[in-house]
Amino acid sequence: MTWRPSANLVTMAVTILVCVLLYALAGWRYHHLGFLTLQVFLDFFSENAYLGIAAVGLTFVILSGGIDLSVGAVVGLTGIILAKLMEQHGWHPLLAVALVLLIGTLFGAFQGFMIQQFQLAPFFVTLAGMFFARGVALLVSTESIGVENELFVWVSDLAIPLGADHGIRFVTIAFVVVAAAGIYLARWTRFGRFTYAIGGNEQSAILMGLPVARTKILVYVFSGFCSALAGVIWSMQYWSGKATAAEGMELDAIAAVVLGGTLLSGGIGSVLGTIVGVLILAIIGQIVTLENLTSWWTRIAIGVLLLAFIVMQKLLTRLGAVRAA
Amino acid sequence: MSVPTDPISTADPAASSSSSQRYTRRRRVPPIVWPLIALVLIFIILGFSVDPQHRMSSFISVVDNAAPVMLLALGMTLVIATGGIDLSVGAIMALSGMVAAMLITQRGWPVPLAVSAALTAGALAGAWNGFLVAVVRIPPLVATLVLMYAGRGVAMLLSQGQHVRVNSAWFDFIGGGFLLGLPFSIWIVIATLVAITLLTRRTAIGLFIESVGDNPIAARYAGVNAVGVKFSVYVVSGLCSAMAGLIAASDIREADANLIGLYKELDAILAVVIGGTSLAGGRFSLVGSIIGALIVQAVTTTILTRGVLPEMTQVVKAVVVIAVALLQSAPFVRMVASPFRGRAGATSRGSAP
Repeated sequence: MTWRPSANLVTMAVTILVCVLLYALAGWRYHHLGFLTLQVFLDFFSENAYLGIAAVGLTFVILSGGIDLSVGAVVGLTGIILAKLMEQHGWHPLLAVALVLLIGTLFGAFQGFMIQQFQLAPFFVTLAGMFFARGVALLVSTESIGVENELFVWVSDLAIPLGADHGIRFVTIAFVVVAAAGIYLARWTRFGRFTYAIGGNEQSAILMGLPVARTKILVYVFSGFCSALAGVIWSMQYWSGKATAAEGMELDAIAAVVLGGTLLSGGIGSVLGTIVGVLILAIIGQIVTLENLTSWWTRIAIGVLLLAFIVMQKLLTRLGAVRAA
Repeated sequence: MSVPTDPISTADPAASSSSSQRYTRRRRVPPIVWPLIALVLIFIILGFSVDPQHRMSSFISVVDNAAPVMLLALGMTLVIATGGIDLSVGAIMALSGMVAAMLITQRGWPVPLAVSAALTAGALAGAWNGFLVAVVRIPPLVATLVLMYAGRGVAMLLSQGQHVRVNSAWFDFIGGGFLLGLPFSIWIVIATLVAITLLTRRTAIGLFIESVGDNPIAARYAGVNAVGVKFSVYVVSGLCSAMAGLIAASDIREADANLIGLYKELDAILAVVIGGTSLAGGRFSLVGSIIGALIVQAVTTTILTRGVLPEMTQVVKAVVVIAVALLQSAPFVRMVASPFRGRAGATSRGSAP
């Protein structure tokens, strides 16, 4: 038998290669603009912290063979509720944050329940969830609400200083914590292994006696929680809440997950890959900005890259160059 | 059009035969009856929501305004029947509306030529979807999600973010004109409905579509060109979306890439699902989808005339779409029905996975 690399390894290698190439290319082209500085690199993470957090949650959903289209809408919903509670109802930030996290988690739980219990298609339930959450968010307030709460602003300004004028901001730390938790969950907990097993072959997972129903609901719970947390982080990043925040983020999040080497059919992939995927999207966004192009180019570029990666994954698995993880 | 009374369920012998027999025995009413009842109910509610002297005009406006959704729903019906989904219909509406408006206003093209170009753009966008889904075999959801955002992006890039106004009597006619007492847009819907119905019910194409959606593997063994069938339904959906986009742009005499067709994908899917087409693929009903589109539009109009916030429509539609899907879901029906059926409920619980 000849040695065949695992699918995980190959897709991960391609992901990292694309990331490094993009970074090198951009660094070479925008060297004079200070692209290679530490600050720009740190900004990749702070500016995309909310996307990254939501993408970590989505990774589990896709690993289990499902999909969650509601992530962007939940970001908008939690952000606007949070801002409204703190600014117009005088809630304590901690209480408000706790409540919106609960809302997001329950929202995810409900979606998971509908999908598992009534055998509805995940995309269908979460598509309806997306419109529902967006609609409710618009009902809360069609205007964006600025956040001026002292404690909230203070926390979002916290940073670990690095040298004279750099710092790791709070939102970045939150992203790193969620990413670390995601990696731990995926690799070293039963929940994580069950998720891989279900995505690999649900029928086998049932026959092995794994708690398939519970796990399938839990991945949506986790995704809902992550999206809600992403909404909080969005509010910290922009000091406001907006019902239309993160519109179209579901595409970015799916792209980050797929670019990170997770197969859309589930079972193969990693949270670490998703984080590299987020980094790729961040670099693309930066390139589009530096080229003075409209943000629509980012969407188009991400879409094309996403499709290219799916095609590559298909080719890899069809050629039999890789074995399943 | 005849409604098959006996669903061909031989493809799935694993399904417990007792339950499938039970369902076929019980379903004596043609499925089209349910959406019709819903439509009548919603029209009654709408009738009570407006002043008596405006009643007739509000009914007419529902039918008139439903034209774009009806067109989207027709294309979407075929896509869903093959087991797919098309999330890009709203974006294709924006794209085709923009193409027509720019050609007419900025290039001075004659309207028929510009309209043909817009329809071609829609068909091409549909072909792109079809290529990704049928040939590259990317999940339809993801393939069309890309165009849902990128398509609008292309429209924005074409117009450089500007709205494009159209001042042309001919273009106005598409969305606002009347022919033989009916709005021209409704004639477009009727023509499309007749064309698709003839294609799918008078030729084997309809059967191919159903077979691909019902059991793709069996369809392939039976020699059905699944790739061609899938590719074609996305092209048709693109064409229908383009027509809807032209009507929408003509209605407001302007192409606005941000607004035309926004959130229309939900309306279209909702219309199809209400119309009785199964989300799992297989059997489809074009007339059902037309009725579904009327229901969707009537709900929208009712909410708006009742003075509720327009944002509420989206929430209501999302709830309705889930509710209708639940009614199609076998586990849900079993769960709700089991307390009312002694022995039958017990057997179905026993055979549940």
